[in-house]
Amino acid sequence: MILFLAYCAVLFSFASGLLALLSNQQQSLLALQQRYLKNPSAFIIHCLEEHHYPIFLRQVVFILLGLSGVFAVLAGLSVLISNTVVTDQLSLGLPWLPWHIRFDALSGFFFLIIGIAVGAVSLYGPGYVHHYKEQDHPFAVLGLFTGLFVTGMLLVLIADDAFMFMIAWELMSVASYFLVAFQHEHAANRRAAFLYLLMAEVGALAIILGFGVLASFSDGFTFDALRHAQLSTTWASIAFGLAVLGFGMKAGIVPIHVWLPEAHPVAPSHISALMSGVMLKVAIYGLIRFSFDLLDKIQWQWGVVLLVIGTISALGGILYAMMQPNLKRLLAYSSVENIGIIFMVLGLSMIFLDNGHPELAALGFLAALFHAFNHALFKNLLFLGAGMIHQQTHELNIDMLGGLIKKMPKTSMVFLVGCMSISSLPLFNGFVSEWLAFQTALQVDVLDNGVLRSLIPVSAAALALTAALAAACFVKVFGLTFLGVPRSRHSEKAHEVKDKGMLAATTLLAGLCFLVGIFPSVIISLINKVSGQLLAQTVVNDKAMSWLWLTPVQASAEQASYAPLLVLIGALIAGGVCYWYLRRDPEKAIRIAPTWDCGFGGLTPRMQYTSSAFTMPIRRIFAKAWIIDEQVDKDLEGAMNQNVAAVHYALHVQDHSWPWVYHPLERGVNHLAKQVGRIQTGNIRTYLGYSFVTLLLLLWVIS
Amino acid sequence: MNWLIAILQTALFVALAPLLAGWLKRCKCHLQNRQSPPLLQPYRDLFKLFNKQPVVSEQASWLFIKAPYIIFSATVLAATVVPLIAVDLPTSASADVIVMVGFFAFARFFLALAGLDIGTAFGGMGSSREMTISSLAEPAMLMAVFTLTMTASTTNLSYAISHVLEQGLVLRPSFVFALFALILVAVAETGRIPVDNPTTHLELTMIHEAMILEYSGRHLALIEWASQLKLMLYGVLIANIFFPWGIAQTFSLHDLGYGLLAIIGKLAVLAVILGIAETLVAKMRLFKVQEYLGFAYLLGLLGMLSHIILEASR
Repeated sequence: MILFLAYCAVLFSFASGLLALLSNQQQSLLALQQRYLKNPSAFIIHCLEEHHYPIFLRQVVFILLGLSGVFAVLAGLSVLISNTVVTDQLSLGLPWLPWHIRFDALSGFFFLIIGIAVGAVSLYGPGYVHHYKEQDHPFAVLGLFTGLFVTGMLLVLIADDAFMFMIAWELMSVASYFLVAFQHEHAANRRAAFLYLLMAEVGALAIILGFGVLASFSDGFTFDALRHAQLSTTWASIAFGLAVLGFGMKAGIVPIHVWLPEAHPVAPSHISALMSGVMLKVAIYGLIRFSFDLLDKIQWQWGVVLLVIGTISALGGILYAMMQPNLKRLLAYSSVENIGIIFMVLGLSMIFLDNGHPELAALGFLAALFHAFNHALFKNLLFLGAGMIHQQTHELNIDMLGGLIKKMPKTSMVFLVGCMSISSLPLFNGFVSEWLAFQTALQVDVLDNGVLRSLIPVSAAALALTAALAAACFVKVFGLTFLGVPRSRHSEKAHEVKDKGMLAATTLLAGLCFLVGIFPSVIISLINKVSGQLLAQTVVNDKAMSWLWLTPVQASAEQASYAPLLVLIGALIAGGVCYWYLRRDPEKAIRIAPTWDCGFGGLTPRMQYTSSAFTMPIRRIFAKAWIIDEQVDKDLEGAMNQNVAAVHYALHVQDHSWPWVYHPLERGVNHLAKQVGRIQTGNIRTYLGYSFVTLLLLLWVIS
Repeated sequence: MNWLIAILQTALFVALAPLLAGWLKRCKCHLQNRQSPPLLQPYRDLFKLFNKQPVVSEQASWLFIKAPYIIFSATVLAATVVPLIAVDLPTSASADVIVMVGFFAFARFFLALAGLDIGTAFGGMGSSREMTISSLAEPAMLMAVFTLTMTASTTNLSYAISHVLEQGLVLRPSFVFALFALILVAVAETGRIPVDNPTTHLELTMIHEAMILEYSGRHLALIEWASQLKLMLYGVLIANIFFPWGIAQTFSLHDLGYGLLAIIGKLAVLAVILGIAETLVAKMRLFKVQEYLGFAYLLGLLGMLSHIILEASR
């Protein structure tokens, strides 16, 4: 039954992709109908009419995608609640290698994440894609690859052998390549898509090699065989390193994140939402499956590796995000930050596990999965919100926006919830996972190793800095986009989104962000099933009324506790009392007047702070984190060039990873290619000589 | 009963905050040879502002009007968490010290947004500076507080303070570092000299004031009260974490009264020290603040490391 639900999810997404192919086949469908249906019903005729057909097809495609999401949620929930592991074999693929299917709590949890995200996207999609012109951006391409992309992600989660895993992984990567390249008329988009494909394939190679190392110590490619592989510590570490490289490339950890800020912004917004919110989580799933499940013993040194790269990614991600004026690029960089946090907590979990503290390992694991879930919710929400802004203003540069809170009140509300969640403010979901992460890091006292005991507090300090910077970053995003006075005509003329589906999708996600923030115990009890299966240890939360209290550490309020519902009630009382008390007198109603501004007057929208102005202090403080190219040119005029007629300001902020990692790599590859090119003389005699020598060598080898 | 005391204590917190501000102002005036306003002047100012009709800019959105209520209630919630005259409060269990820092972040988030809402250059300037300073100060604060929580192995402030009380007078190097870090952060976060000047009206140097320039009437009163409350919160944190003696451990009337006297005494002394510091030190340039806060961060980290290396039991 559970598997049936999971298969339904996969099949519906596949079907939605295939159905999209029919988008230009209206004539042939009409012909078919005339041939086979003698008395077609009015509904079919209505659907096949010229004007209705594209709209109808779009609806059906997205409904199928939505059903896939619903079934994914159902499948995930049912496997989590029943706490079972179901396996199956499908005779697909190569004849002697059937596909092995295994659906356990870990897969179920990620099914849940994908299901929610896909459900929201399918509500959002119809309203969003209708502005694409059919001749430039055919719906067939978008729908097909969206369907395949979701199918690929779902298949990765249920794969139980390395072959099927890699096939599904590649399906996911390649389908998303076409989605990134969807608006291929801009050269920059093609470049971004190529970079993405390149890095996805390099990553896939690393994963294949990782599986290869495991497989060479076992008798088969099924995960069951790989689990029983007897590896020496060295080989296990090599396999782990390859997995971190491969999955990390997909997840976007620094310095192998560079494809992410290029590729995510150029895809259509609902695809960016899926890529940033969900695909990165599939990479996290891969890493967890590989290290916690397949490798039989975790080494704490691996945890240190994850902790260090996670810390660097978290800090780097948010610092780079801060400097971006483009909303979607900023969100993409912020994904790097959040993935970094997940890696950090996973690292902590590994360290505690190998040092014999499974209950703390379960706590770290809980924090990591919880943050993955939260990030999927709010990043999806923010990307969908960015899509709505883009649709209404045709602008993603936040220096050109402003004042949207009055033009788009509903959008601004849901976007505000997203910003508050991602800034990890109390009452919202982001805070809960951060709270859990801090609680994990604070348990460092139990460790014996001196290096670890001082390393973990430092990383906790970095986590605190990251969280504070994230709040600053999202104050900038919300403040400049929605508040203030419009900075351009586009944002002045913006209107609220009309499409109910788009609003419903974002409202659903915003509501979930809030509800999960208030009732985190629900999600925790689900994650406990996962850690119960993988680590054979759950986080104890058995205080009376455990749904209200969050007491992850040793089940007593004496160590740490958090009751979001009580906090919410307190906030409502405090806010309500002063609001009611102060508003009761109609005499003192608000008077509207022109802006005071210390009496200076003459305000124009251009005097407002811009993105680069807002982040200037931070740019100066952390100047070493970026390559900053700041240019101020003055147009001088008048006698002796004394008057400044105009000032041009240009700011270009670049990632350190390009000059330090990629450009040397690129030069190296070019250099190597030139060296190889030397043997290609273009002379037929030389080539004959090569053949002859090769032949001789081979003969010598055989004999 | 416990809940009643917790609520009463919060009310006391809210009620006493303007008094602390008045006392501080009095100390500073005496030190600077000025005539001081009466001790109760902050109450009168608040009362006056509450009874005025607020004037709101025509550019303002709903966020600008609701923000003062949000800021004030978030600060009040932070006050429910901190033990003022008694430990062992139920509210300390429902939200621990990390949540308290979260409440501060919540209030600051909305304050900075309100600064950006009108679209003036001053508002943006204030928001940008405030977020910059707080993004350096918040981690330093967490580091300092974590030193305490790791010593007591709980993030619940009530239990942590009880733990310190039970241990008696022990000189811990980590606490010395943490104390200095917390003092530096407190000065920065409450907008006092040398980081910000609460009395400045010179536009180019102000931070907190720049964000709230457009507020008037009851909105301004709420924000002012919230910042007085924040000052008192930091004072109580410093006083009760590092010098917890005198705080009531049982809910008998005698103990509670004694606790109240103790905290009033401690805060009065702290205010005098702050007044002296503000008189002696000049406001520093904005880009010197990073070094100041970097130092606080370092102290906090040193405190945590010295706890782990020197003090924690293996």
